[in-house]
Amino acid sequence: MTAASSVVPFDLLPVKERPYFEHYGPGLVVVLPAKRPGPSGWGEGGPPHGGAWIHIGEDGRARAFSGKVEVGQGTRTALSLVVAEELRLPLSSVILTMGDTDVCPWDMGTFGSRSMPDPAQHLRTTGAAARAVLERLAAARLGVPPQEIEVEGGEARVRSRPDGGSVSLGELVRGHQEVVIVDPATTHPEPPSSWTRAGHPVEDVASKEVVTGRRRYTSDLQLPGMLHGKILFPPSYGAKLRKIDVAAAQAIPGVVVVREGEFVGVVAPDMMSARAALRAIRAEWESSPQPSDHEIVEFLRQHLAEGEDFWDVLQHETGNVKDAYASAAASFHETYTTAYIAHSPLETHAALAAWQDGRVTVWVGTQTPFRARDALSDALGIPPSSVRVIVPPTGSGFGGKHAAELAIGTARLAKDVGHPVRVVYSRQEEFTQAYFRPMAVIDVRSSVGKDRALTAWEFHVLNAGSAAARIPYRVANQKIDNQPTESPLPQGSYRALAATANNFARESHVDEVAAQLGFDPVEFRLRHLADDRLATVLRAVTEHAGWNPRPSPAPARDGQGRGVAVGLEKGGRVATFVEVEVPDDRHLRIERIVTGYECGAIVHPSNLRSQVEGGTVMALGGALFEAVRFQDGRVLNPKFSEYRVPRFQDVPPIEVLLLDRKDLPSQGGGETPLIALAPAIANAIFDAAGTRLRSLPLVPDGIVP
Amino acid sequence: MTAPAPASAPSHPKGLGTLRVNGTGYDVPLAPDRNLLYVLREELGLTGTKYGCGEGECGACKVLLDGVAVRACQTSVGEVVGHAITTIEGLAQGEEFHPVQTAFVEAGAFQCGFCTPGMILQAVSLLRQNPDPSEDEIRAALNGNICRCGGYFRIVAAVQRASTLLRSAAEAPP
Repeated sequence: MTAASSVVPFDLLPVKERPYFEHYGPGLVVVLPAKRPGPSGWGEGGPPHGGAWIHIGEDGRARAFSGKVEVGQGTRTALSLVVAEELRLPLSSVILTMGDTDVCPWDMGTFGSRSMPDPAQHLRTTGAAARAVLERLAAARLGVPPQEIEVEGGEARVRSRPDGGSVSLGELVRGHQEVVIVDPATTHPEPPSSWTRAGHPVEDVASKEVVTGRRRYTSDLQLPGMLHGKILFPPSYGAKLRKIDVAAAQAIPGVVVVREGEFVGVVAPDMMSARAALRAIRAEWESSPQPSDHEIVEFLRQHLAEGEDFWDVLQHETGNVKDAYASAAASFHETYTTAYIAHSPLETHAALAAWQDGRVTVWVGTQTPFRARDALSDALGIPPSSVRVIVPPTGSGFGGKHAAELAIGTARLAKDVGHPVRVVYSRQEEFTQAYFRPMAVIDVRSSVGKDRALTAWEFHVLNAGSAAARIPYRVANQKIDNQPTESPLPQGSYRALAATANNFARESHVDEVAAQLGFDPVEFRLRHLADDRLATVLRAVTEHAGWNPRPSPAPARDGQGRGVAVGLEKGGRVATFVEVEVPDDRHLRIERIVTGYECGAIVHPSNLRSQVEGGTVMALGGALFEAVRFQDGRVLNPKFSEYRVPRFQDVPPIEVLLLDRKDLPSQGGGETPLIALAPAIANAIFDAAGTRLRSLPLVPDGIVP
Repeated sequence: MTAPAPASAPSHPKGLGTLRVNGTGYDVPLAPDRNLLYVLREELGLTGTKYGCGEGECGACKVLLDGVAVRACQTSVGEVVGHAITTIEGLAQGEEFHPVQTAFVEAGAFQCGFCTPGMILQAVSLLRQNPDPSEDEIRAALNGNICRCGGYFRIVAAVQRASTLLRSAAEAPP
């Protein structure tokens, strides 16, 4: 390996100049070219990407590379599987490097459920091209035409000669140093209908490391000479540092206080001293008035954010809603809200930075390593090629690990003290210094005609974002918009964030209209659904659940109720059925959940099932009881003892139905399975008790009002 | 750039107490501000035991103390001198997994894996006290362990499977 100072990340070099063979030895390298951002957004064929590459070495193993990261969503195994499929290798012969900015293709980040539609497809194409090259090499070696060659199990053999005429892949590429560029137009990956590895349940590739405690997350890493850092944070959102006295901190043996403008941090030989040093700093803060949680809805209504900084603006209009209201048989108007909630990943934010010859390497649990590289480059005043970001296995993210502040702070500390430095957030820092899922206020107005079909749909979203704001039902007159607002708390990405809020509002409101008109909620949805795939999922779920058609609320008044909701987002279709009991003491009991999900051809079925189950559990927290409480810019419940997350005893039986559509492109499954749960519960509560709840969380203290 | 490696057990000056961890004795200072989690991770390099909350709410730091699961973040080092401590690194016998580990692999009972060591050790502790727990008993015993990925069903299934494996091993003729 060349000296650190002369290393240039692969993605910043032309394809033919990348030192593939210096890094990984002789062999065959197959490269899918990058797709740069178009002049206006993503353009055809999905978002920009850095391409893909696969190296087949003399050991017969395939090294594949992806800029995506593994935060628990199972992408490492799923991407390895598609490479194994195309090259017809055992899974153990595929080595996948993820989230290392020196050697991986550029990637925008691990968010938006893009790993199956993007890198999985890129690696399929690259793998298929690599297999074609191997077939050609084997044909030349064995003296037959390429179509006579079959690659299977690490060997290339002649189809017509079962008892001879074979060569191992390692032998085939021995001494090669060939880089082949893929032409995606002429490369055809194996269709899902003939998959023999992908599409079948497999064990996660990290299983053995995980159950033995050998797997090393960022917070577990150590380097020789490593010191421990802490960063000084304001006690409330927006507070400004006015005065600081670091003498007592500096007096602790081995402690160095680092100050660079607004940034203040400490470094110590061990974590205990670093914590003590942080506590010893005397800081005076000036806070500005901030709204509190009880006045937040009014605050958001009065603080609309203007300007063009907000990319997530949606303005959609068809027909004329005003005319529709004028001729409506009935119209409806309600407001729905969702609270700020915290990702609270079990591994708190962690980073480790080390400098060598003016180049910094940062190991950090981030979902956006290349964006972090750029942010580090900007903040530290060094070129991107002087920054390497490596993402070790990360103890979950859920959209909460996009920011680069910790990576930057850690790199500053390491530079200042001339030693590697590691910083790990405490749980309280995780709750107070991360960002939250945005609070949302959604006003919905609708009308129906004399035939009791929807004629108008107005959907005004404040602050949630635009995902899933559009309606999957046929309505002639629509006005849908998303208006960003100022936020009294830092907010950002969260697993299925806007889709959860918007789906809650829409699926609750549709249920209310159905009930007002005396329709069975399933029948009302099926009458309006414009998407056949979604209707198929809804039918599958209600059939499985044993749906008994009748309008809500339940006439029996025995406290039993059931509800349903659907959702269409990020290419996935979900329907969720919930059965609840609201007994006389009003303590909500969820008896049963059935979630059906369809996202095209399923790549890694056991993992998809796990994602749907886990996503349902996560969604249960936000639906029932999770909420960040805050006052004057301070988070009031920054601990697991005060911020309730779902536990074993909170979770009802969940049945998962996966609809495998091998004829359709694979889409993600980490987010969309969450979005129908909250409205299905709200609808079931209405069915059981006649009480309509329009705010998430629905029952913070477990009791139906 | 060398890749980070786990710290090896540092040599302490003849200390105030010997911790017996996974069958090995370690001399460590018994300062009251050092809890067992800190000593295991930072001083002995046994990073399989995780920090999740520091207030005993999440269970990521559970270890076995004489076979019973305890929260290392709520345990002072002085309390455990002379007792047998088992961390996740010491659960397998060489290359042979404990049945709970095997069951977690077979059931695919993890996503990010960060809660897994604490879950496994809590499950081992439960099955030692109650070899054939009901589903409700499993949920009650594991309720102090948080899995943010929501893998609770598979963990319950893994504990049920481990219970079967352990009991069939116990019934097998020697």
